[in-house]
Amino acid sequence: MSDAPVLSVRDLRVHYGTVRGTVRAVDRVSFDIGAAEVLGLVGESGCGKSTLGRGVLGLLPEGAASDGQVLYGGRNLVGLSPRQLSGLRGPELGLIFQEPMTRLNPLLRIEDHFKETLEQHEPQLTEREIRQRSLETLGRVGIPPTRFRQYPHEFSGGMRQRIMIALALVLRPKLLVADEPTTSLDVIVEAQILAILADLKRNFGTALLLITHNLGIIAEACDRVAVMYAGKIVEDGPARDVFADPAHPYTRELLRSTISLETTELHSIPGAPPNLIDPPAGCHFHPRCPDVMRVCSWKQPIDVAPGPDRRVQCWLHGPEAEIPPGEAAGLEREEIAVADEA
Amino acid sequence: MAAVAQGTSLKSYLLTRLVLVVPMVLILLTFVFLLMRVAPGDPISAALGGHNVPQSVIDQIKHRLGFDKPLWQQYVEYLGNIFRGNFGTTITDQRPVSDIILTNGAATLELTFFAMIVALVVGVFVGLLAGRFRDTSVDVGGRMFGIVIYAMPVFFIGLMAQLLFGSVLGWLPTSGRASPITQATLQTHTNLFVIDSIYDRNWGALKDVMLHLILPAVTLGLVTAGVFIRLIRVNVIRTMKDDYIEAARARGIRERDVVYRHAFKNALVPVITVIGLSLALLLGGAVVTETTFNWPGIGHELVLYLENRDYSAVQGIVVVFGLVVVFVSLVIDFVNAFIDPRIRY
Amino acid sequence: MAIPVQPIESPFRRRARGLGRAVGPIREARGFPRLMLYIGAGITLLFVLLALLAPVISPYDFDQYQSGGHRFPQLASPSSGHWMGTTVQSTDVMSRVIWGAQTELKVVFISLVFAITVGVPLGLLSGYFGGKLDRGLVLVMDALYAFPYLLLAIVIAFLLSNSIGKGVLTAAIAISATYVPLYFRVVRNQVIALREESYVEAARALGAKPLTIIRKYVFHNVVQNVPPIATLNAADAILLLTALGFLGYGIQPTDAAEWGYDSSRAVSDAASGIWWTALFPGIAIVLLVTGLTLVGEGLNETMNPVLRRRRVQRVNFDQEPEPPIVEAVEGS
Repeated sequence: MSDAPVLSVRDLRVHYGTVRGTVRAVDRVSFDIGAAEVLGLVGESGCGKSTLGRGVLGLLPEGAASDGQVLYGGRNLVGLSPRQLSGLRGPELGLIFQEPMTRLNPLLRIEDHFKETLEQHEPQLTEREIRQRSLETLGRVGIPPTRFRQYPHEFSGGMRQRIMIALALVLRPKLLVADEPTTSLDVIVEAQILAILADLKRNFGTALLLITHNLGIIAEACDRVAVMYAGKIVEDGPARDVFADPAHPYTRELLRSTISLETTELHSIPGAPPNLIDPPAGCHFHPRCPDVMRVCSWKQPIDVAPGPDRRVQCWLHGPEAEIPPGEAAGLEREEIAVADEA
Repeated sequence: MAAVAQGTSLKSYLLTRLVLVVPMVLILLTFVFLLMRVAPGDPISAALGGHNVPQSVIDQIKHRLGFDKPLWQQYVEYLGNIFRGNFGTTITDQRPVSDIILTNGAATLELTFFAMIVALVVGVFVGLLAGRFRDTSVDVGGRMFGIVIYAMPVFFIGLMAQLLFGSVLGWLPTSGRASPITQATLQTHTNLFVIDSIYDRNWGALKDVMLHLILPAVTLGLVTAGVFIRLIRVNVIRTMKDDYIEAARARGIRERDVVYRHAFKNALVPVITVIGLSLALLLGGAVVTETTFNWPGIGHELVLYLENRDYSAVQGIVVVFGLVVVFVSLVIDFVNAFIDPRIRY
Repeated sequence: MAIPVQPIESPFRRRARGLGRAVGPIREARGFPRLMLYIGAGITLLFVLLALLAPVISPYDFDQYQSGGHRFPQLASPSSGHWMGTTVQSTDVMSRVIWGAQTELKVVFISLVFAITVGVPLGLLSGYFGGKLDRGLVLVMDALYAFPYLLLAIVIAFLLSNSIGKGVLTAAIAISATYVPLYFRVVRNQVIALREESYVEAARALGAKPLTIIRKYVFHNVVQNVPPIATLNAADAILLLTALGFLGYGIQPTDAAEWGYDSSRAVSDAASGIWWTALFPGIAIVLLVTGLTLVGEGLNETMNPVLRRRRVQRVNFDQEPEPPIVEAVEGS
């Protein structure tokens, strides 16, 4: 694996301007993705992970603005014009969406979708070459050539998602962002899709940013994992290490609340994810954290490395020097009322 | 092969749709029949002027037209006649309604055809632009244009046009289909003057006919365009929000291609349906337009027969209008199914 | 641990909140739709005032052709005495325009009330209960709906004119009959969509009677859709009424002034270059219909979730405090 990361994100902010205030969906996020690496981005609904995925590609809705650095191929994607960005989307950066049923144009055949994509980015290809490339990529995701000329409504949800993946991969991008690609599919289909995604590095050499709320998927398919809460990445590292020995209380609680065959009692994290317009002061997680300290309620935690190749933002891991005396004591806090939840 | 599979599903859709037309036609015919029969007042004496017509004359006419038979028998005969293309006879001048259709239908056809073209060209163009450049001055201008234009009654535009172009400027003819000279020299094969003059290479006649067409067709067309503008604009806006648009952008398809190949094309799919829906508007407007511009079409005849209280004529003409609407909407559904692969059963 | 209990809300407050929720989108909407709404409302209000205050504002009566023993001039062009000129019958054009506003609004209002009173309940019942009644009604309504409005109205007016004569009532009935299928169809489609909603299903599972469900859940949602449709419908109805008037099937000239009828009288004037008898009633029609359409479209644009656009604030990144820059250190 080469050393230089495919994508380097530094201090990225993506905010939405609404009448009620600025929504800080992505609040100073930094991470790297190595070549042909699979990075899982996990978090609860509303933590900003979808926005992060789209923000990387510059595919943000109206009213959103971004700031910071998204370094790809030596350029900062944040400052680029829409035209330049759209040139990169496809051959360099790809995105597959959560809901495959509506992502294909119902009036166009699958063949037309591929033709359009390839003609747009590789105009020098002949018709035969286009057809060949398309069929080959489709074949790799398990769609037979006999269905090439069919319309989207003739395919099931799982197959449409596979077509979307093929459409993204036919241009051989270096980075693919997958935004909850299997959430709307049943478990068996999910396994198939995950298998395809996990093989990306082998078959195509593509790096993958896999966004999901499902820890099981991360464990199965990802090399590294980044845990996101309230717009910030609170922990990241190799998937196996993070799951075996979580550094951040939130990660720990998340793992504890997953259900397996051995579960005898349901565990959940009290309270609800915070409002991103006005998040809690200090560490965003502190109102719900079982190990909260005094300093957590007013001072933002700093990046710390609790182990090799790992990073966490939590005062439990220091640095000691930044914690004023006496603030390391536990925080007295009233019980979270049941009515506050949800 | 995939092509064959599509063909059969299209065929079965067409057949099903055809079958569904039958009850609708029946209802329409029954409705008109009942309406005419159960309306209060005596149709015959009303048609004859309502004065002191001797009872014997009334009875004679009643017998001739079959009004003295039992209701159900009249109904059956009525249906049977229609299936054979006999739409009745007028009371006032004993003219077969089918004759009226053939003679004056061409005029109405020409008018509505050209009006529809005007409506489509103006409406689609402005609607697409307004939807694409939503909330900019283009959008605002386009919408206001559509709204005001639709708010203008056909007769108002017609009257203003007559005043302006006829009395004041004298550029365009304001009445009739053709000048008397042309009417004398033009050989009528189909009664569609435009086609007839082209067929005979009678260019003078063609120019005259087209000039006469301009004011009425543009008037009627502009008013209808208002409907198209609103509908297409909304459709473009809705389509631009669709998920596959975003997906196309994610694949780096240029915005221009996204707009034309995906958004506009998909937004125009309902246009075919809209044409069908606006046909009703067009036919209604044709009646007023023909009256304003003295255009010798079916609408004009209808108004004349209405003034004369000729029930039979009104019934016949209304039936024909209804059948035309049903038939055209059938054709529209077919075209729709052809274009949009999802509709087929 | 005590669970906080929500204070019981009076029904009045609840309804006020509901109204606030309905008005909210209007306040949040940006730019053109709001402008449309206001301008349209202004124009419509103007005409409503004209209609209501006609006896007071109008210089003369709608069929008045003389004053103080003097007969008005025939076909006089606009002057200080008659701002909009006079007609061939020596009536004052401006007075007829003002009185005409009353006629138009009155007839259209009556017909819409008719149409809604018949169409909406039919649509509700037909949509909710389905079955043979529904299928039969749909067939009839669809057949009528496809028919050109003007023709339908003309035929009905024609038939009624034999018995009731040509008057306000005839025109109103003809117009309302034309629009009943529209309301039926719109309401029925909505009810069918709502019928499958989870909360309706839940209510059914709890054993609520159909009428209760309709009243509490379905009715509200359906009624919300009616104002934009009704306003646009009113605009259409005015065009229909004036068209009927133009063709001679509207209001009798002795009963009231009507803009369409006046326009038909102006046809012969146009040939002689007399423009005021055609222009002023026509402009009145255009203005009123435009006003109503603006209100209808404005309502649609602000309340229809598909078309709605929320106002968006610009994001300012510099307002946030910079976090302290500290190198990541090995933790304990």
